[in-house]
Amino acid sequence: MADLENTLDDSIIICKDVHKWFDDFHVLKGITTAFKKGEKVVICGPSGSGKSTFIRTINRLEIHQRGRIIVDGIELSDDLRNIDRIRQEVGMVFQQFNLFPHLSVLQNVTLSPIWVKKLSKSEAESEALALLERVGIEEQAHKFPAQISGGQQQRVAIARALAMQPKIMLFDEPTSALDPEMINEVLDVMRELAASGMTMLVVTHEMGFAREVADRVIFMDEGAIVEEAAPGVFFDNPQNERTQLFISQTLQH
Amino acid sequence: MENNLPKSVSEKIPFWRDVRVLRVLFQVGFLIGILLLAGILYMNMLRGLRGLGLTLNLDFLNDEAGFGISEGIAYEPSDTYLRAFWVGVINTIKVSIIGIVCATILGLVVGIARLSSNWLVRNIAAIYVECFRNIPLLLQILFWYTAVILQLPSVRQSFTFFGGVFINQRGVYLPSPQATSGVQIWLGCLAGGVILAVILYLVRLRKLRQMEQPGFPAKWALPAFLLVAFVGWFLTPGRPFTWELPALKGFNFAGGTYLSPEFSALLIGLVIYTGAFIAEVVRSGIQAVAKGQREAAKAIGLNEFQTLRLIVLPQALRVIAPPLTSQYLNLTKNSSLAVAIGFPDLFNVGNTMMNQTGQSIPIFGMIMMSYLIISLTTSAYMNWYNRRINQIGR
Amino acid sequence: MEEQAPSPVMKPPTKSKGILRWTKENLFNTWYNALFTLLAVVFLYVVFKGLLTWAFTEANWGVIPANLQIFLVGAYPKDEIWRVWIVIYTLGLLLGLSAGIWGGLALRLALVIGGVGGGVGIILAFFPAALSNRFGLLGGVALLAGSLFLGRGRKELRLWVLGGWLLSFPWTMIWLHGFAGLPTVFTSNWGGLLLTLILAAVGIVVSFPLGVLLALGRRSNLPAIKWFSTAYIETVRGVPLVTILFMAQIMVPIFLPDFRLDKILRAMLGITLFSAAYMAENVRGGLQAIPKGQHEAAHALGLNYPLTMLLIVLPQALRSVIPAIVGQFISLFKDTSLVTVIGLLDLLGIAKTVIANPDWLGLQAEVYLFAAAIYFVFSYSMSYISQRIEDALGVG
Repeated sequence: MADLENTLDDSIIICKDVHKWFDDFHVLKGITTAFKKGEKVVICGPSGSGKSTFIRTINRLEIHQRGRIIVDGIELSDDLRNIDRIRQEVGMVFQQFNLFPHLSVLQNVTLSPIWVKKLSKSEAESEALALLERVGIEEQAHKFPAQISGGQQQRVAIARALAMQPKIMLFDEPTSALDPEMINEVLDVMRELAASGMTMLVVTHEMGFAREVADRVIFMDEGAIVEEAAPGVFFDNPQNERTQLFISQTLQH
Repeated sequence: MENNLPKSVSEKIPFWRDVRVLRVLFQVGFLIGILLLAGILYMNMLRGLRGLGLTLNLDFLNDEAGFGISEGIAYEPSDTYLRAFWVGVINTIKVSIIGIVCATILGLVVGIARLSSNWLVRNIAAIYVECFRNIPLLLQILFWYTAVILQLPSVRQSFTFFGGVFINQRGVYLPSPQATSGVQIWLGCLAGGVILAVILYLVRLRKLRQMEQPGFPAKWALPAFLLVAFVGWFLTPGRPFTWELPALKGFNFAGGTYLSPEFSALLIGLVIYTGAFIAEVVRSGIQAVAKGQREAAKAIGLNEFQTLRLIVLPQALRVIAPPLTSQYLNLTKNSSLAVAIGFPDLFNVGNTMMNQTGQSIPIFGMIMMSYLIISLTTSAYMNWYNRRINQIGR
Repeated sequence: MEEQAPSPVMKPPTKSKGILRWTKENLFNTWYNALFTLLAVVFLYVVFKGLLTWAFTEANWGVIPANLQIFLVGAYPKDEIWRVWIVIYTLGLLLGLSAGIWGGLALRLALVIGGVGGGVGIILAFFPAALSNRFGLLGGVALLAGSLFLGRGRKELRLWVLGGWLLSFPWTMIWLHGFAGLPTVFTSNWGGLLLTLILAAVGIVVSFPLGVLLALGRRSNLPAIKWFSTAYIETVRGVPLVTILFMAQIMVPIFLPDFRLDKILRAMLGITLFSAAYMAENVRGGLQAIPKGQHEAAHALGLNYPLTMLLIVLPQALRSVIPAIVGQFISLFKDTSLVTVIGLLDLLGIAKTVIANPDWLGLQAEVYLFAAAIYFVFSYSMSYISQRIEDALGVG
């Protein structure tokens, strides 16, 4: 496990003893870790391990109750300005896509550049079209979310998040709601994004993707980080018993 | 990079950006705004009342009302205002309960008729529903009152049904049951019937359990009880009840039960109007129980009656209960339209009190509280009922 | 039940429906249905015989054409009625354009209104007395059809038409009330169907923003605001409209002695405050149906609360509650008749004054049935439209 103090210099996200409770249920039990700029980290673990909650605290969709989270030098706190800044620096992709069904694909992507970054409509649209081309669905720009497939929707969701030009992208199980034949088209976009140097935190069960793309794999269980290591070490020589069990169960499928 | 180093969190946030502070400030500001508004209204009110020479208190409730109320529980003009208001409350409750019972029966019949396989029945029911729910209730009540009931023949030319029911422009006269000396014997029979029924019920329940068969445990008990009650009725010397018939005495009928024209018009209006809405509730409730459910029930070998009792009705009831509650509440609130035809319900009596005392603010308070209490009690009961059928159904 | 067109290819064996067969299947398929059919026929015979005998021999329908104008506009001066026509034409133009541009709800509304207007215009053709009204009405229908045709597919007009709808309300009020050199027609002279429609429209239009705010308030996570909104909504929904109308009449002068609101404005105030609570519950239903993920996605994109509500949540929520709002408009339309109780001369109030007119004594049934027919036509056509929308949306 990397020493926290040594990583501070080039870390873009620092989490220190992060705790979170849902009522009486202790979801996050003191998460301490840091992520470097450009690092790709896959977070895995059994359901209910708190991995989704953890990455949702990083753009403050969930509020941590103890500990500190610092993203790109901005402390996540009750400061309204900091929250606004974080949300612009961190993009997020959800399991259920969460596209806005009443807006066209193009409008989904241009919405926050226009309203939050105050770009002009034409500027936002040309950027959006470039992004849609990058994720390979520029020809669907004027369709509505309900008219395109799940894989296409998730790629729109990625383009929508990229439209804010974030420094960090969070992926919360981006392929779990997809039919098997659509998983790869989304993973391809994520691979391309990783190659471009984006800092990425990915919660996923796609172990192939983790092995191939991740710089580091974090295994969480019962609200704590059990083990973190480079994918080679993590998959081939896991140290912890629970990690071993999880890997053997996951790879069986 | 220095600025990456953790610094202490809370003291650095200026309060105008701190979410927690803003939440509190916003709410405090909102409350202050509301209080200011209320304060201005209150000052205005005091000024207005001074101009009228009134003070705000409830003492007037103990004064003599001095006005007559045409129907309801015992009341004299020399009674207090409080008593007068109570008469109104009871009248509202009375018309609401009778209205709810009748509207439910009407709505149930019409709602089922709308799903009948008989084309004529189905369409008559549909026409009734569409006609009566698309015409304002007040218009209907005024119509029944002024165009129908007040146009009925005079007392001496009353419509007479079965020799005991008289309908004329002064209202409806019904026979009322009077207990005779033999009533105790019959009540004794009833008690025996109940005991017998309970025993039969338990026996059958046990038998069904032993055979591990579902069934209708009251299948023996119910007929047994009815048989005892029926036989007991005729065995009682001189019958347990006699009908007291209304009889023409002088210029009017005396005896029996009397429904005033105002009460009758209000009740007819409320029942026919609400019945149309309840019919729709019932129809959509039954339709909501998907066709597949019925087919599944048939597929596992239940017969028509079992399907209705075990599958369709319990599920339909669950769908029906919430909208039915709001119809009951609507009926109760709509009974305030009594003021248009002079039936002394709580709103009408309150209105008279306002005109006499000028104490409009406390009386409005009393009126609103009464309706709120009735509404909240009804919805609390229906919520309880709703929970119960939901538990049983699952 | 329609006859099925015979198919040349292959007929299902049982579909050959003669009248006899249809009768047997739909009226006499079981012994109890046969009984019901007989009872229903007797019932219909008794009711219709009574009704028709009354309507054609005893009833005096002369009261209706003689008072038609006051049924429609109350005491609005005869010489100024052209202003009502201006308002009707403006709304017809807007509706026609909207129907052409958007189709959907606007189109259905336009078709129903055009149909009813045309039908009534043709019926009026048989009453020589109402010559100008007849041409006015048919002209309006023509205008509606014309603007519908003009607006077809003209997406670029959208903003103009929306602006037109926003301005239509003050426009209506200004024309009806009078401005510049026009003689003022005080609201006390507004009456009949005109007043009924104005009250219902004001009630829905003004209560809409209030209702949205209350609904958002009730779902707020700020306790003070949530508590206040809930208390308001539940209190208003717990008491009858009559109480609130009386309160507006009696309490407004006490609480706001410095404003001299006239009777109609006070009634509008009462109706609006009442309607807002029901509107809030409708909107809340729509808000609850929006998945949490929509809020989260909006927040993750950096939208703040007002933008999230305005751009993401409300557009979806409001679309899903259109049928409920139409339903509320229907009941409000009927409920406006309660202003009769506080002495306003809306359609029902006018009916009462006509009945009290010594020239037309004893005609309660005729007058009330006529008023009921007007209410029915409006209310039924609106619920018909709303039913169609619900079917189209696949709701319910």
